[in-house]
Amino acid sequence: MGVVSSKLGNLGVVTTTLDTAVNWGRTGAMWPLLFGLACCAIEMMSTQASDYDLSRFGMELNRATPRQSDLMIVAGRVTRKMAPVVRQLYDQMAAPKWVISMGDCASCGGVYNNYAVVQGVDEIIPVDVYVAGCPPRPEQLIHGILTLHEKVKGDRIREWARPV
Amino acid sequence: MAIESQEQSRAAARAEAREAAREAEARELQTWQGQVEELRGLVSDRALTGETLLLNMGPHHPSTHGVLRLLLELDGEEIVTCLPDIGYLHTGIEKNIESKTYEKAVTLTDRMDYLSPMSNNMVFCMAIEKLVELDVPPRAQAVRVICLELSRIASHLVWLGTHALDMGAMSVFLYGFRERERILDMFEMLSGQRMMGSYFRPGGLWRDITAEFGPALADFLEYMPPKVEDYELLLRNNPLWIDRTYGVGVVEPEQALAWGMSGPSLRGSGVNWDIRKAEPYSGYEQYEFNVPLGDHGDVYDRFMVRIEEMKESLSIIRQAWSKLPQGAFRSDNRKFVPPPRAELGQSMEAVIHHFKLWTEGFSVPDEEVYVAIESPRGEIGCYLHGTGGNTPRRVHFKTPSFMHISALGKMAEGHFIADLVGIIGSIDIVLGDSDR
Repeated sequence: MGVVSSKLGNLGVVTTTLDTAVNWGRTGAMWPLLFGLACCAIEMMSTQASDYDLSRFGMELNRATPRQSDLMIVAGRVTRKMAPVVRQLYDQMAAPKWVISMGDCASCGGVYNNYAVVQGVDEIIPVDVYVAGCPPRPEQLIHGILTLHEKVKGDRIREWARPV
Repeated sequence: MAIESQEQSRAAARAEAREAAREAEARELQTWQGQVEELRGLVSDRALTGETLLLNMGPHHPSTHGVLRLLLELDGEEIVTCLPDIGYLHTGIEKNIESKTYEKAVTLTDRMDYLSPMSNNMVFCMAIEKLVELDVPPRAQAVRVICLELSRIASHLVWLGTHALDMGAMSVFLYGFRERERILDMFEMLSGQRMMGSYFRPGGLWRDITAEFGPALADFLEYMPPKVEDYELLLRNNPLWIDRTYGVGVVEPEQALAWGMSGPSLRGSGVNWDIRKAEPYSGYEQYEFNVPLGDHGDVYDRFMVRIEEMKESLSIIRQAWSKLPQGAFRSDNRKFVPPPRAELGQSMEAVIHHFKLWTEGFSVPDEEVYVAIESPRGEIGCYLHGTGGNTPRRVHFKTPSFMHISALGKMAEGHFIADLVGIIGSIDIVLGDSDR
């Protein structure tokens, strides 16, 4: 955003592109889905609670319904019984929507290479950012979220119409 | 003529469409009846005729504390039947352990009951130690007690925060997590990890307590007691809290025992059963503490029992810390416990032991054992059957959450949906614990 008040006098005018303005709005109030699966959900709760305070990034408002949320943080191991539920929740979210895969289990199955666990949530839904760790520290999750913000800032309106 | 035939064909088309709609409706009814038929015997007959409402709660629901699914049969807002459906977090941990050596398997047990990983480590290590008759030095036992009680407080803080959050009290959640961070910091000092430390190993601990742990713990013991008082003051006499918890989800002592409940949920009903007292382990007999009991067995009593337990835990930690013995932090039995790093440069035998233990692991006889400890949620037990080799034949965990979920259906009957949220919170379930 270019502040041109110094050039044009004190008019309080800001010039920017539509891309930048929209992406700034999207990253400034990204509502995550209130959705936890296993251990990582506890670290996600820590991230939202007092010490790490996710509301610094405009994200304290967790919505319990997928219809009102933009971001799904898959926190924990996705089992074969849970996988259809995760997919349905993703389908119910309104576009634009993003997914963070939190922790090793959600990213690649982690230590559980067995009959019960889906080997990475990207087998069932598209993932934007992977956060490693078992479970990741709150700082790591925040870093993942900021990485996603960087990604969103690079979106172009012309590409919106592309099929998902 | 042409007009007539057109009208005729239109009428035929309309009749066909009506017929198709009727058929679709019948099919739908049949499917619905088929689905309902599967539930015959599980829900009341009134649900089969559509007189009562069948409602699905979870597995994605903020108040089910994980991925628990409940099938509710509702008469108005009143719960007629509540059928818990578990397995959404079944991870196959027990099966996975069968292909790991014992030392590696400790890491997997962390992730069962993820609110108190130390208890899981403890019960698994105790099972191994009992089977191979491995002695744990007194220092390791005392540090284990300190860690177990710290994780009991941490677990109760998460319980209190989420339980109160479900009932509409946001601030307790924020306070609870503030204090919990300090406990996690201490775990990080000990094990290098905040939650899943795998700090307990067969024969003792992974390493001795670090230099910064002592001051941090002393600080915490000063800091924490007034905070527990605060939580109590926030809720104990709060009229809203009392309205939501008094007389809700009452469990008679006989019922509680019959359902296999344990821990604070059992003691809320007034049954004096605490494994730390009944069958002391890891030196619990040296410490003086009370077992808080409830009178009525309702949600409020279970809440008070857990609050009192936090105070007792602080007292146990204080006692254990004040008389922490000096000495080894793990057994010196080289057949089961790896030698210290410093020995490797001097002793060929130490190198051999180190190599054998980290490649092959140790062997456990072809015998079975069951041990149980008091986790924050109740009795967590470990059944272990060795093969004579380096991997177990079968490991099974008897977990408190599983028992409590099975009792949930009966506890919820006759209550409103809003009360169900309180009841789920009061039995403090962790789905990782129940499904494993």
